[in-house]
Amino acid sequence: MLPDLRNLGTILRILSIVTGATLVVAFAREQRWSALIDEWIGLTSYVVPYLLAELVLLALIAPRLVRLPYRHGVAAIAVATIAVGVAVHAAFARLLPGDAGSLLRQLVYALGAAALLLYYFHLRIKALSPAIAEARLQALQARIRPHFLFNSITAVLSLIRREPQRAETALEDMADLFRVLMRDNRELTPLAAEVTLCQQYLDLEKLRLGERLIVDWNVKSMPADALVPPLVLQPLLENAVYHGIEPASTPGTVSINVFLSRGEVHAILKNPVPASGRRHQSGNKMALENVRERLALHFDAEASLESRVSRDLYEVHIRMPYRTVMPAEVVASPQSAPRAPAHGVGREARRSRAPVRPLHGMPQTGAVRG
Amino acid sequence: MAENALRVFIVDDEAPARRRLRELLDDCTGALPLSVVGEAQHGREALDLLQTAPAELVLTDIHMPDMDGIELARHLLKLQHPPVVIFTTAFHEHALQAFEVNAVDYLVKPVRVQRLLSALQKVPRLKPMASDKLAHLPSTARRFLSVTERSRVVLVPVEDVVYLKAELKYITIRTREREFLLEESLTRLETEFGARFVRVHRNCLVAREHIRGFERRVGNDGDAHWEVLLNGVLETLPVSRRQQFVVRDVGREPVNGAAA
Repeated sequence: MLPDLRNLGTILRILSIVTGATLVVAFAREQRWSALIDEWIGLTSYVVPYLLAELVLLALIAPRLVRLPYRHGVAAIAVATIAVGVAVHAAFARLLPGDAGSLLRQLVYALGAAALLLYYFHLRIKALSPAIAEARLQALQARIRPHFLFNSITAVLSLIRREPQRAETALEDMADLFRVLMRDNRELTPLAAEVTLCQQYLDLEKLRLGERLIVDWNVKSMPADALVPPLVLQPLLENAVYHGIEPASTPGTVSINVFLSRGEVHAILKNPVPASGRRHQSGNKMALENVRERLALHFDAEASLESRVSRDLYEVHIRMPYRTVMPAEVVASPQSAPRAPAHGVGREARRSRAPVRPLHGMPQTGAVRG
Repeated sequence: MAENALRVFIVDDEAPARRRLRELLDDCTGALPLSVVGEAQHGREALDLLQTAPAELVLTDIHMPDMDGIELARHLLKLQHPPVVIFTTAFHEHALQAFEVNAVDYLVKPVRVQRLLSALQKVPRLKPMASDKLAHLPSTARRFLSVTERSRVVLVPVEDVVYLKAELKYITIRTREREFLLEESLTRLETEFGARFVRVHRNCLVAREHIRGFERRVGNDGDAHWEVLLNGVLETLPVSRRQQFVVRDVGREPVNGAAA
């Protein structure tokens, strides 16, 4: 699998590894400490422009590279490395006085570095893949509190005799909620689906809590097609209700604000902090850590989760990159292979399937209730 | 309704849960004469209503705002005719364990009608739970202290308590407004409320958030000792020689920090 060449984390890793390597080379070439810095600057003044040019090129062609089989992807990167090498060499020879050095030697260095980096990322993805599988388990661990399940069943039972139709809707909402909780949650899901799920969840909570729970949705300007980790918002809303609404005897508002800003998806969730709600904050940490870990697995340094408590308001702020195509790591995760039919469907077929798997039973994307 | 119908009271903060219990109790009336005398959303409301409309059985949820079910059960014991309490709970592993250990009656939600009926049939033979048994159940510290005045149970919010002072058989509860008499052990209260109160004397616990400061005084015998100055109460309380360290400890904390 190729690394995600548009990911900030990947780019930072490449930059720091290559600059680190040049320092090692400078150290090997020059024994005198006084001249070491000069040597290093000399090296980096060539290596860094080359590297930056190549990273820009790779970031531009990254969406195409992702779709290629691994071998072809590696070949494409080698070709790109040679092309950029030749271009940079020519530019240096033309623009700068003095000898630009041997082109062949530089290309060998660059290809060597590219091969080592690819090998590093290959190992890293391999090491992380079980972690992505683990993310599914974690998603399950972040699941709904049993307390919610049994209280909701009681609420549905209370409706069956008087308002059978409301009972039906409530059971359907529960079915959808548990379908998502029980399925394989490794792959990213459209934001609209996550929001719908949250609405169904909060409808169930409203059934139990009645007017004690006020929900303020603000998702009109959200990027409905953005891909997000499944169950990225629901556990946090569950926390909001459990810690912010249930312990209070007066009605409280949970507000959800999802929007796009400068190419990033932001989700801000707020709930009141009742005076007596401070006693069980420990359970809160678990869901928060779980969501934070899954964000890191999927988006590395490009996503963040921050929470803060003011006097009477608790706020969680999630920041995620705006993506509509699966990153390579997740699409080609080896763990997903055994789930495909054993024969008749080759590797290419699996790879070419639609990147976004629609969720069963989810209303149209963008549909917002209540 | 028959003369000897069982009088039942329902306490739950979730309206659907109350409605469901009413339905199930309705289903039981064929097998057992009973009447639902009222319902409440939390413990405090329940205690209030139960004073005027007494019940023989209280079915109460555990987790509720304002006053939880276990605290309610403790206060109900102060009523002239304490009802039998059966807890209803959705899922609280630890609570259930403690119930089993202490043989406390409970029903899990969703409640089955057969299970409810057999619980109801046992009620006439049951006695109200002993208070020390209730004290063993996992619960947060009480939010109220309850005292009996002219055969009514009066709740004193713990945050209003300025100090608790043991005198002979009773404990005096002092709030800004007045005093109440409580029949409990000072040591138990000290463990239950932990950091909220500080012991300044063998017989006295003072609420940290109500301490204004300390003053050094010289008595008639020429011995000097510390006195606690209180917010909103003119009276001062002596700090015993043994507890002198609290002057330093409490003095160091920011006044409001103790409330957290």
